[in-house]
Amino acid sequence: MARDKEYNRREFINRGARFTLGLSLAGVGVAAAVNAGSEKYLWQIDPFKCTQCGRCATDCVLSPSAVKCVHAYDICGYCDLCGGYFKPGVTDLDTGAEKQLCPAAAIERKFIEEPYFEYIIDEELCIGCAKCVKGCSAFGNGSLHLQIRHDICVNCNECSIARVCPSDAISRVPASEPYMIKGDFTANESGEAGA
Amino acid sequence: MIRKNYRLGFLVLMVFAFLALNAQQRFPKPEFESGYEQPNTTTPEPRTAGMEVFDVIVLFGVMALATWLILKKRSRRGVLWLSVFTLLYFGFYRNGCICPIGSIQNVTLALFDPGYKISITVLLFFLLPLVFALFYGRTFCAAACPLGAIQDLVVIRPISVSSWVRKTLSFIPHIYIGLAILFAATGTDFIICRYDPFVGIFRTDGPYLMIGLGIAFLVLGMFFARPYCRVFCPYSVLLGFMSHFSKKHITITPSECINCKLCANSCPFDAIEAPIDEKVRTESTVRKNLRNYVIFGLLVPVWIFAGGFAVSKAHVFLSKAHPDVYLSELLIAQPELREDTENLDIQAFLESGKSMDQLVEEASVIRSKFRTGGWYLGGYLGLVLGIMLMNQFVLRKRKDYIPHKRDCFSCGRCMDYCPVGEQSGDRKSGIVKAKQ
Ligand code: SF4
Ligand code: SF4
Ligand code: SF4
Ligand code: SF4
Repeated sequence: MARDKEYNRREFINRGARFTLGLSLAGVGVAAAVNAGSEKYLWQIDPFKCTQCGRCATDCVLSPSAVKCVHAYDICGYCDLCGGYFKPGVTDLDTGAEKQLCPAAAIERKFIEEPYFEYIIDEELCIGCAKCVKGCSAFGNGSLHLQIRHDICVNCNECSIARVCPSDAISRVPASEPYMIKGDFTANESGEAGA
Repeated sequence: MIRKNYRLGFLVLMVFAFLALNAQQRFPKPEFESGYEQPNTTTPEPRTAGMEVFDVIVLFGVMALATWLILKKRSRRGVLWLSVFTLLYFGFYRNGCICPIGSIQNVTLALFDPGYKISITVLLFFLLPLVFALFYGRTFCAAACPLGAIQDLVVIRPISVSSWVRKTLSFIPHIYIGLAILFAATGTDFIICRYDPFVGIFRTDGPYLMIGLGIAFLVLGMFFARPYCRVFCPYSVLLGFMSHFSKKHITITPSECINCKLCANSCPFDAIEAPIDEKVRTESTVRKNLRNYVIFGLLVPVWIFAGGFAVSKAHVFLSKAHPDVYLSELLIAQPELREDTENLDIQAFLESGKSMDQLVEEASVIRSKFRTGGWYLGGYLGLVLGIMLMNQFVLRKRKDYIPHKRDCFSCGRCMDYCPVGEQSGDRKSGIVKAKQ
């Protein structure tokens, strides 16, 4: 009899606690759900904020990095003397390895017609170091820029490059618009950061 | 009138857009004569969003199955195979991300940062295991957690650890979850993900430190079973609360405990509690315990205040983890670093056109958040400490060997050790199952 009483008391406390916990769980759920969307989020680089610091190559959890250089052909000048391809000060414009800016030899230079050349990034080789991006932005049109490639990126809960990006260029973007390709995407569209 | 203004604004905007675009275009796009076709910039698709929904369904399915295997089927073998599946699917295929443990931070961020939209699937990842724990105990830990699974599968020769060591260590997860929430709420960092020891192994890629940490945990886990779960896992705090008051929970015996002691050492996690001898529970000990219990109960507010005070004092140190606070402090302490072209953070800040005052202002806002948060965190830790101390003096009546509802992972190992059969209608008969 005494045992039953104690048992009943314990069960009563348990039930009360369970109810309270369930209620707080529901509370947290609802409070968070108010700020929820059905959309999935991915990480992406705003090319107009990126300052080509080079951390994309070193701080991705993957090696080589999920960040690659992409080429917005639309705004490319197809220059013979490409600021993204050649090291500064190079005069003989040929494809000698020592003249190339890219440490991974990931850029292919293809003759189109006098005096235009097309530059193609081999993403298998690119390590996302942004050297070419820096060159292209400084001396060219800025058509080369970095993007997180979503076929490679594992979409970390917190992108470990975003954490160390000195320019706050990496943020969550809705999965329906997973890229910020220059040309389609302009600085004004982002609302801030002039080009 | 308004309409006109609107149009004018639009025109101005267009002009600016044009200028901005043209500022980039130093060299105009050539007119090709050779019929050259410009290639398109590729945009490889991410994993489709539908897969996320599928993951939630799989999670639900695995937990439902685990619960059934543990509470109805009573099959350790089933649980084992299910954890192998979890390891392969949630671990190696999904790269261990996102997991309910890390989702604590997403939920926190959603509660504190109106600009952050949590996705429904992540919210469900956070809630589902807790709801299950509230009803059926930690069946998530038994077979649906990839981190738990990888550790459970390497348990070879578990050693028993004395209860005071276990109790002391069990304080760490409270600190961990507290810090994780503080850091997520202030938008500083996601420390659970950053220091997840196994995610590097799941990805089979990652910094050496991360992989090394994972391997160290696995080696340790051969002897000290499930070290991450027992000493660190921040989610275990929440699961433990839920499981402690769960409606149903795994039982070692299918019917009535006959005190044969066969299961006593079967749990690799020391989660089985022995019966309390009636002889120990004498009048005088009970009275003494009650007195101590009340005394320590009265001390709880002291712990809460002391904890809050201590941690809020530490806010200057803690807030340094936030990059803005760190940068502003660095620039104030060593202004000469402005000339340092090697320091990327400082250079990027100088280029950004933000003024020093702005930075200091932002940093002080973050710091004051840390001070407030420090009071909450410290107060919580004080409360936990106070309750842990009080619990030292609880001597509940306990006649049987039963799993500790908060610490038990519902792995089901102990069930195999119980000789009592299923269908004992009357209590004393204890039909003995033939051991294979
Ligand atoms: S320079 Fe760097 S970013 Fe550019 S293509 Fe080469 S590896 Fe990629
Ligand atoms: S989310 Fe992870 S994998 Fe993707 S770019 Fe960032 S660090 Fe790399
Ligand atoms: S304690 Fe944490 S890590 Fe271990 S199984 Fe449970 S949720 Fe997973
Ligand atoms: S089910 Fe619980 S008590 Fe039994 S062996 Fe597993 S963790 Fe220990």
